Amino acid sequence: MPICLGYFPVSFAFGIQAVKMGFAPLTATLISMTNMASAGQLNGVTRMVEGAAFISMAATTFVVNMRYMLMSFSLTQKIVPGMPWYKRCIMALGICDEMFVIASMEEKDVTFGFYAGLMTMPMVGWTTGTLAGALASGLFSPALQGCLGMALYCMFIAIIIPEARKSRKVAAVSVLAIVLSCIFTYVPIINVLSKGGWGMIIAAITAAAMGATIKEVKRRRRSAQNAIDTSGRNKQEYTHTVAHS
Amino acid sequence: MAIMAGVTFLIRVLPLAFFKKRIENNWIQDFFYYIPFCVLAAMTFPSVFTATVPNGEIASARHIIAAVVATQVALILSWRNRGLVVVAIVSVIAAIIVEGVWAFVEQSGGIHL
Repeated sequence: MPICLGYFPVSFAFGIQAVKMGFAPLTATLISMTNMASAGQLNGVTRMVEGAAFISMAATTFVVNMRYMLMSFSLTQKIVPGMPWYKRCIMALGICDEMFVIASMEEKDVTFGFYAGLMTMPMVGWTTGTLAGALASGLFSPALQGCLGMALYCMFIAIIIPEARKSRKVAAVSVLAIVLSCIFTYVPIINVLSKGGWGMIIAAITAAAMGATIKEVKRRRRSAQNAIDTSGRNKQEYTHTVAHS
Repeated sequence: MAIMAGVTFLIRVLPLAFFKKRIENNWIQDFFYYIPFCVLAAMTFPSVFTATVPNGEIASARHIIAAVVATQVALILSWRNRGLVVVAIVSVIAAIIVEGVWAFVEQSGGIHL
């Protein structure tokens, strides 16, 4: 139930955005019903407005929603063994950030009934939120609708910043993604890529890949360093080093 | 639309239905950890600066300045750990105020620089 309430405003913002871009309220609701992915949907409607090619639609959707793939991989470790494929398919519809967190925190294996119950209310909240937002935005003037278009982006900012404050690595990769994305939008010649969202994808993948690679390099260097350090030390100092690394 | 829904569903269903092993590669784990932030960051910037432009209109200084101000407000509020909804509402209000003041100044003869 709290998740349902949390989804409502985000999908409300999506509804406003979709109508602003020229979609009918019912189309926006249908998109929400079939996708349940805020960033993915915003990307999708943007591509549709651009009249992007199918391949760029599929590729951008794939990258933007890539995190669900990880969650899905992770859930495979948690579900009750021997669950039939059609139940797995239904469960897959409900994989998203918050529900994934709840399911992962469960100590027991996740059953179909548990997950189905978990995913119902948020899906309802997500769909009705879009419908409400889409209908409400019809009441506003174009200029006001424009301002409301800020809402979804500001929510994205509110997702990134607290995490970036906690982790310098997240901050670094996010800044890198922003810089690359701006380059793909504003620098002449390369900016042809920004049509169809390719610039955004390349920026995000490059930034995440660089972050992961730098961390990997550091990890290797540190483990090599640890091996050298500990050879001449006693065990207590070794555990101290490990605890702080 | 069908493509979007199809890809979104496939991404979720394929691993869950067919994958049974555990991912142990550190690089892949880090990459997947960073991807959401990178996607959101790259999607938001620079699009957010033209987010206030109504559909079908050309970006004018008024809209862009309103968007930049609202973005600043969003950055400051989320730095102070305010929730999604608070950040969104206050930023939108900031954009409306800037647009409103701008329109008022324009109507009343403009500023002479």
